[in-house]
Amino acid sequence: MHLITLDSQTDFEGWRTAARSLVLHEVKPTDVTWIVRGDESELFAPAAEALPLETPLGTFQATFNVSAKFVELAQSAILHRDPERFAMLYRLLWRLRGHHHLLEVATDPDVALLTVMAKAVRRDEHKMHAFVRFREVGREQKAHYVAWFEPEHHIVELAAPFFARRFADMPWSILTPDACAHWDGHAVSITPGVGKAEAPTEDRLEETWRRYYASIFNPARLKVKAMQSEMPKKYWRNLPEASLIKPLIAGAERLTGAMIANAATEPHKSQKRPEPSMKHETSGDIATLREEAADCRACPLWKDATQTVFGEGPPHARIMLVGEQPGDKEDLAGKPFVGPAGQMLDRALQEAGIDRTKVYVTNAVKHFKFVPRGKIRLHQKPATPEIKACRQWYERELAAIKPALVVAMGATAAQSVFGKITPINKNRGQLIELEHGIQALVTVHPSYLLRLPDPDARALEYQRFVDDLRIVAAMLKKHAA
Amino acid sequence: MDVERKLAILADAAKYDASCASSGTERRDSSDGKGMGSTAPGMGICHSYAPDGRCISLLKVLLTNACNYDCLYCVNRSSSNVPRARFTSDEVVKLTLDFYRRNYIEGLFLSSGIIRSADYTMEQVVSVARKLREQHHFRGYIHLKTIPEADDALITEAGKYADRLSINIEVPEEDSLARLAPEKNVRAIRRTMGRLRLKLDEAQEDQATATKAKPPRFAPAGQSTQMIIGADAASDKTILDTSANLYGSYKLKRVYYSAFSPIPDSSRALPLSPPPLVREHRLYQADWLMRFYGFDAGEIVDPTRGMLSLEIDPKLAWALRHRDRFPLDIATASREDLLRVPGFGTKAVDRIIATRRVTSIRVADLARLHVPAKKALPFIVLSDFKPSPHQLDDARLAERFKPKAEQLGFGF
Repeated sequence: MHLITLDSQTDFEGWRTAARSLVLHEVKPTDVTWIVRGDESELFAPAAEALPLETPLGTFQATFNVSAKFVELAQSAILHRDPERFAMLYRLLWRLRGHHHLLEVATDPDVALLTVMAKAVRRDEHKMHAFVRFREVGREQKAHYVAWFEPEHHIVELAAPFFARRFADMPWSILTPDACAHWDGHAVSITPGVGKAEAPTEDRLEETWRRYYASIFNPARLKVKAMQSEMPKKYWRNLPEASLIKPLIAGAERLTGAMIANAATEPHKSQKRPEPSMKHETSGDIATLREEAADCRACPLWKDATQTVFGEGPPHARIMLVGEQPGDKEDLAGKPFVGPAGQMLDRALQEAGIDRTKVYVTNAVKHFKFVPRGKIRLHQKPATPEIKACRQWYERELAAIKPALVVAMGATAAQSVFGKITPINKNRGQLIELEHGIQALVTVHPSYLLRLPDPDARALEYQRFVDDLRIVAAMLKKHAA
Repeated sequence: MDVERKLAILADAAKYDASCASSGTERRDSSDGKGMGSTAPGMGICHSYAPDGRCISLLKVLLTNACNYDCLYCVNRSSSNVPRARFTSDEVVKLTLDFYRRNYIEGLFLSSGIIRSADYTMEQVVSVARKLREQHHFRGYIHLKTIPEADDALITEAGKYADRLSINIEVPEEDSLARLAPEKNVRAIRRTMGRLRLKLDEAQEDQATATKAKPPRFAPAGQSTQMIIGADAASDKTILDTSANLYGSYKLKRVYYSAFSPIPDSSRALPLSPPPLVREHRLYQADWLMRFYGFDAGEIVDPTRGMLSLEIDPKLAWALRHRDRFPLDIATASREDLLRVPGFGTKAVDRIIATRRVTSIRVADLARLHVPAKKALPFIVLSDFKPSPHQLDDARLAERFKPKAEQLGFGF
């Protein structure tokens, strides 16, 4: 039998050194007894014999590796209050040597138990971060903040750095029966545990805090079990607000009953309505149209979309570009062609020598049609009824702007501009006469270029698109002349 | 009026907002010796719990509960006779710091009734955050309510100081909002959510591409919203469709569901009854199925009913409607399919996948995987177990899962 004495309840390094040596000496888990210094008297020593620890560890080290996962598990589990934890960890380490994937086996009894223990330690640490309550000792510049806490496991040293990072600007002490942590503004120090009598018993803010606790509580939704599963009773004795729990529960039913039973009182003053905001007098037809279109309900697309994305550009532009419908980004920003297809369009316009600020840009359908898929929205092609319902806006934009040339980009735009399904390839690249002396040009939609997988085809199609836009540029020049 | 009385009024006025999250933000602390505070990015910290089961993580208050609006479901509506109060920004700053220093809270969640105008109100809210961050170098968590249609510069500034911004959509359907909250406008709410998303995307993009210049900070913990459940007649299907739309459109971190709760001096136009807490719970479960279990909004609710079952959880209800897809062999099923087994959580599925690479899984192992055997067994095949072939066809299978009638009580 080997007796291993660790320096403290949290002596991971001591356990690790001893365990490594024991494994290398092939000492079976059943032949080791683990104790912590100071607890020796509890054992009927000296029946056990100490292991010669001057073994040449260096030469063996290379042949003996454990996964980082095990080290992480052991570092947490060793802080558990169960006195068997050292032996349990050694047994798992022993078994790990012959079974490298053992830690992956969540169903193994040793793995399952130690995982539960490590989790309990981390939970206790988390609860300590949450439930420590500092009390002010002394005032203003000389204040020191002192808390009393009773952790379930040996977590004071583990939990202390969190408080040092959070409350770097104030001196504090957390007193517990096991150990105490102190911060002086520079470093954390650990001292032996003390009794509760050492800790302050009140703070000037606690009455205010209780007032808040009572006011934020909603008596109409009593869920005592939910509260207790997250804030078990064992913590209550050190929480200043916990004294309110019983009276709040007791009064809840009465309060709720009263809220339900009492009809509303009459409003004591006449309902003051905010004055309607002064609308800017619209400066032209397009501005009026835009406002009207904001409330359009002509098809169901408005419902899921963010907003109507109306056309944009000079009210008497010579050129009107028509796309399909706003996309994700256009829907959020409320402006046409600001997403990836818009960037493609901008590039092509520039290459063709057209200033985008001189053209009116709009879409055949003015709401974004999509289906949500988790965190993204999948674009859906507008259907004919939606194109037809929205066509009134295109027609009114056209009438207001009276451009010389309308460019229909893509099939949806062509359908709207010509009032019927109009194939792109058969018609593209040539000027087509519309009514009232307006001409039309058909080309592809810039998003079509984004979707082409083959880079050569994309470059070629992009060039064709720019060529189409050059027809527009030539026409602009003719008008300017 | 003293600050404590104001606190009582303005906390009471704020408690119908369910959000209490303090997680998911950037890592910050005060170890540089300037100011106070830190964040807990991985897992938020709940410093206390009230007997309503809700966590208390933040100092959740309104700046003022005076409000121009008359939203029927709201305790602060202008026609209500609740007592009114208004904090000065310094009072909120001091309370936040005093509470934080004693480790009562993770930070501040500040909202406000609409007074004067959207911009005026937003500026008041932002000024508190500005003081906390700029004057006191407060590094804790800040959640600010965004006022729809507030000026873009104010929203940008709010995002600079806040960890999270939120705007409540209030009710799932536009028509009922028009009826219950005549001054509110869903379109304005959505447009502002859209603006927030564009700014969130921009800050993220800059973070990815920034070479030297620090990207403009914008609400690193994202945006969230809240829907009130049971104040109107919307079905669970409508609610979940709205959530799916909001998650997809505005990349919300969370949609909170808040069971409509009787309020002091309640409007006569609303149901005077206890809040539908079970329904709220089922909606949260359904929301989780959408976000973490690969379910589509459309398949969670029984299309013939439009409502979630109150008696059994939505995944179990789905499995009972799709018995042809079970039993599933645990040894070979895909992750996607395992996530659809009743009683299997995401962590249990991870553990199953890791374990089955090494060894087979038996009935006795379920407890160690933290899986409720009674719920899962009719749907799975294990190395030493196969459900009886009749069981899945049994019309009474659903009955087995319904809770037994028990006496109601508070269990305290």
